[in-house]
Amino acid sequence: MNVMTAERPVTDDKTPRRMVDREVADDSCHIKMTARDVNVFYGDAQALFNVDIDIADNEVTALIGPSGCGKSTFLRCLNRMNDPIRGCRVQGRLTLDGDDIYDPDLDPVLLRARIGMVFQKPNPFPKSIFDNVAYGPRIHGLASDKAELGEIVTMSLEKAGLLNEVKDRLDQPGTSLSGGQQQRLCIARAIAIRPEVILMDEPCSSLDPVATARIERLMDELSEDYTIVIVTHSMQQAARVSKRTAFFHLGKLVEFGGTDQIFTNPKDQRTQDYITGRFG
Amino acid sequence: MSASAHNAGSAASLKRSLASRHARERRFRRLGMLAVISAIVFVAVLFSSILIKGAPAFEQATLSLHVTFDPAVIRIKPRPQRIAGQSPADFARRKRSWQRSLALVDWNRVIETALRKTVGDADISSRDLVRLIASAERFRLRDMVAKDPAIIGATLPVNLLASADVDVWLKGNIDHSLPDNRQQLSVAQRRIVEDLSKRGILHMAFAKALFLNVDSRSSPASAGLAGAFVGSLYMMLVVIALAVPIGVASAVYLEEFAPKNRVTDFVEVNINNLAAVPSIVFGLLGAAVFIGWFHLPLSAPLVGGLILSLMTLPVVIIATRVTLRAIPASIRHAALGLGASPTQMVFHHVLPLAVPGILTATIIGVAQALGETAPLLLIGMNAFVAHIPQTPLEQSTALPVQIFLWQGNENRNFFESRTSAAIIVLIVLMIGLNGLAVFMRQKFERRW
Amino acid sequence: MGEHIVKTYDEELSGLRTRLAHMGGLAEEQLAAAMNGLNGRDTALARNIIDSDEKIDELEREIEEKAILVLAKRQPVAGDLREIVVALRLAMDLERIGDFAKNIAKRTFAIAEERPFREFGSLNRIGRLALEQLKNVLDAYARKDAEKALSVWHADEELDSLYNSLFRELLTYMMGDPRTIGTCTHLLFGAKNIERIGDHTTNIAENIYFLVHGEALDVKRPKGDTTSVAHIDYVEK
Repeated sequence: MNVMTAERPVTDDKTPRRMVDREVADDSCHIKMTARDVNVFYGDAQALFNVDIDIADNEVTALIGPSGCGKSTFLRCLNRMNDPIRGCRVQGRLTLDGDDIYDPDLDPVLLRARIGMVFQKPNPFPKSIFDNVAYGPRIHGLASDKAELGEIVTMSLEKAGLLNEVKDRLDQPGTSLSGGQQQRLCIARAIAIRPEVILMDEPCSSLDPVATARIERLMDELSEDYTIVIVTHSMQQAARVSKRTAFFHLGKLVEFGGTDQIFTNPKDQRTQDYITGRFG
Repeated sequence: MSASAHNAGSAASLKRSLASRHARERRFRRLGMLAVISAIVFVAVLFSSILIKGAPAFEQATLSLHVTFDPAVIRIKPRPQRIAGQSPADFARRKRSWQRSLALVDWNRVIETALRKTVGDADISSRDLVRLIASAERFRLRDMVAKDPAIIGATLPVNLLASADVDVWLKGNIDHSLPDNRQQLSVAQRRIVEDLSKRGILHMAFAKALFLNVDSRSSPASAGLAGAFVGSLYMMLVVIALAVPIGVASAVYLEEFAPKNRVTDFVEVNINNLAAVPSIVFGLLGAAVFIGWFHLPLSAPLVGGLILSLMTLPVVIIATRVTLRAIPASIRHAALGLGASPTQMVFHHVLPLAVPGILTATIIGVAQALGETAPLLLIGMNAFVAHIPQTPLEQSTALPVQIFLWQGNENRNFFESRTSAAIIVLIVLMIGLNGLAVFMRQKFERRW
Repeated sequence: MGEHIVKTYDEELSGLRTRLAHMGGLAEEQLAAAMNGLNGRDTALARNIIDSDEKIDELEREIEEKAILVLAKRQPVAGDLREIVVALRLAMDLERIGDFAKNIAKRTFAIAEERPFREFGSLNRIGRLALEQLKNVLDAYARKDAEKALSVWHADEELDSLYNSLFRELLTYMMGDPRTIGTCTHLLFGAKNIERIGDHTTNIAENIYFLVHGEALDVKRPKGDTTSVAHIDYVEK
C-alpha cells in the first residue's frame, strides 16, 4: 500500500485547488494532456465546474462518477467532440503536448487524427471489415498504395486482438460480428490512424463479461504505446485497468490520484461513499 | 388485509376489468377491419368501373384486306437517287417534289378498289364505302409506298383500322334500334359491316393504335397516346434532372450543415407549406414566369417539367430529410471521431445509407408528377397536338392532359371507353413506378 | 458513514460486528473466570472454562465464513474492505486469546494438587491489567476509536514490565522455597499466557488503527519483555 507523503488540503467547493499540492505518483512520468479551469455549458446549464487534471503519457486514466456527473462531457472535451453539439460551450485551457487544442487556428480534424475515440455502443460502419479499418488511413492519406493500406489494416486488427478471428473474412460487413468483436473492430479502426491518445467512453458497458475481459486485456497491452483515458460506470473495472483515477461528482472533480490509493484509502468522504456504494 | 387476501381482491377486480378490456379490443379490431374493408370496397368499385369501361377499347375493329398498289393509280416516278456532281440543294428539291407527288396520289381510290373486291357489287356509294375505313389509314398506305416503292404493282394483305363509327356499331355502343336519321352509319354501310363481320374480314384486333399513334381529330379511330407518352417522358426527365439534385442537396445542407436558427426554421416551414400549395397555383406561376418573362415556348415539355420540378421539390426535400434523420447518430460520431470532416462524414457515410430512401422519394415524387394535370393546362398543353415532340422545346401534350382532352371530345360513344383505357394506362404506369420504388427500397436497404 | 444503497450489505457487515462483539465478550468472560479459578483453585470453574472455549472457536469459524462471502459477493473497497480484513484478523486474535484463557484455566488443575500459595497479588495485578486492556480494545473497536486503541497499544509496555517483575518475583520465591517450585512454575506459564493475551490485544489495537486511518501503525512496537535474556543470579545457599 502506498503511504502518501504529500499532504492534501481537505477539498471543498470554496477552497481553490493549488497546483503544487497535486499528487504525482512518480516524477518520471510525462504529462500528455492537461486541463486547467475547464468549464462546460450546455446552453445555460453548467455541466463542468473548474476542472483541473493532468493525463499522464502511456498510462490508463479512469474517470468515474455517478450518472450525469460530467465525466463523458469532459472526455468529449479532450478531442473536441463537443463542437458538433449545439449549444455547448467549452471554457478553459486544454492542451495536448503543451499546445492549446481549442486554438481557433487548429483544425479539429487534425486533432482527432491524434486523439482517437471508442464509443459506448460499438458502431462499425456498414461497410466491410477491411473498409472499416481502412477508412481512417484513407482519408488522412496515411498509406501510399494498396499494399501499405493492407499492412496497416492487418497490423491494427492484430493489435486489437481481432485478426485471428476475421483474417479470412475481411470483406464481410463489419456489422456481422458479435458485440465484443465489433467493439474490438472499433478499437482497431481507432488505432489504425496511429493516434497518440485513445479515449474510451464506457467501451464495455454493452458487452458480456468475457468480451469485457478481452477488452481489458487489450487495454493493458495498448497502454504501453498509447495514452488511454476511459470513462467507466464499473468501479471494479476502473480499479482493474487504470493507474490513475479521477472521481467526478455533480460536474466537479472531487478527487484525482493513484488508483491503488483511491480504492483502498480515498481522501475525500464523497469518494469513499461513492466507491463503497453508499450513494450513486 | 393479509397479502394473499389483498392479491385475491385485486385478482377479482382484474378479472372484471379483463372482460371489458377484451370487449373494447374486439370492438376496436372490428372497427378497424370495417374501415379497411370499406376502403378496399371503394377502391375495388372505382377500379372495376374503370376497367369495365376501358377494357373494350383495347380492341378495335380492323379490316383485313388485300390491297393492290395499282401503278395506274400510284403514278409516281421512282425515288430520286443522289447523282454525282449534283448539289445537295438540287437533290433536296428533287426529293421534295417526289414526296409531293406521292402525297397527291388518290389513295382513297386504292382503298375503294380493295373494298369493292370484297363487297362485290353491293349498292353503296364510293364515299360511304371509303368512310368505312378510318380516314388516316390512307396515310399509312402512302408511308408504306414511301418506305419501299418496290411494292407498287403488288397486292399485299394489309390490316386497316375501321372508322370510329364502325367500331361503335360493332361494339354496341350505339343503340341498334335507333331510327336511320339518328344513326351514324347509313343503311348500306350497316349492311356491309354486318356482312363483312360475318365473313370475318371485319374483326376485332388488339388496338395498337392506342399506343403507337398520335392524337387525331379527323380520324378518331386512329387517335393514340404516343405523343402524350413522349411529352410526359420528357417532363419526367426534366423533373428528375432538376428536382433530385437540387432537392437532395438542399435537404443535406439543411439537415447536416445549416445552423439551427430562426432563418432555417422559417425556411423549413415554407418548404413544408410548399408541399400543400394547390397545383394550379404552380401553373399560374409557370405561365407568368417561364412563358411570360423567360419567353420559353408555350406548352413545351421543358416548361411543364420546370413546373412539375417545383412541385416535386418539397416532396424530395422532406423525404430526404426524414431519411437523413433516420440514420443513427452513432455512425456520424464514429466518422467524426476518426477525424473525418463534416463533409466527408456526409458523403462517405450518411448519403450512401440514405440512397434507398432518396430513391423511393424520387420515384414517388415522379409518379405524383406524372399524374398532375392542372398546372399543365395553364401552360397550354390542353392544345391539340398531333405530332410526337422531337425535343423538349416543341409543343407537346401529356398523358393526364390527353385524358382530359379525350374526355371533352364530342364523339362520346367512341371516346368514352377510349378515355377509360387511357386512364388504365396511366394507373398501370403509376402502379409500376410505385412498385419499382418498393423493389428498389427492398434491394438497397442496408442494415446498420 | 452513511448506509449502503443495498440494505443487505449493511446487514451482513453488522452481522460480522455483532459476532465479533459477542466473541470479545466471551473472551473477556473466559479470562476473568480463569483468573478467579486460579485464585480459588476452583477446578469445576476451570472445567467450565475449558468446555466454553468451543463457543469461541465456533464463532471464529462463522465470522471467517461470513467474511469470505462478503468478499466474494460485494467486492468491497476502501473502508469496507478494511473492515472485512480487520474482522478476519480480530476473529483470529480473539480465538487465540480464548485459547490462552483456556490454558490458564488448565493450570488451575495443576496447582489444585499443590500446597496452597499465598502470593497471588502480582499475578492478579497482571491479570486485571490484561482484562482491562481487552475491555478497552473491544470498546475501541465498537466505537472505532483509534485514540483509545493507541492508548491500549502503548499500555502494552506496562503489561510487559509487570510480567518482567512477576517473573523475577516468582524466581525469587522458587529460589527461596523449593517446595513452591511446582506452583510457581505453573504460575509462570499462566503469567506467560496472560502476557501473550496482552500481545494479541495489542494486535487488535493495531488493526483498529488501520481500520480507522487506512494506514498501518508505522512505529515499532515497544518490546518490553526482557525475560528471554533475563540473567539469573544464583545465590548459593
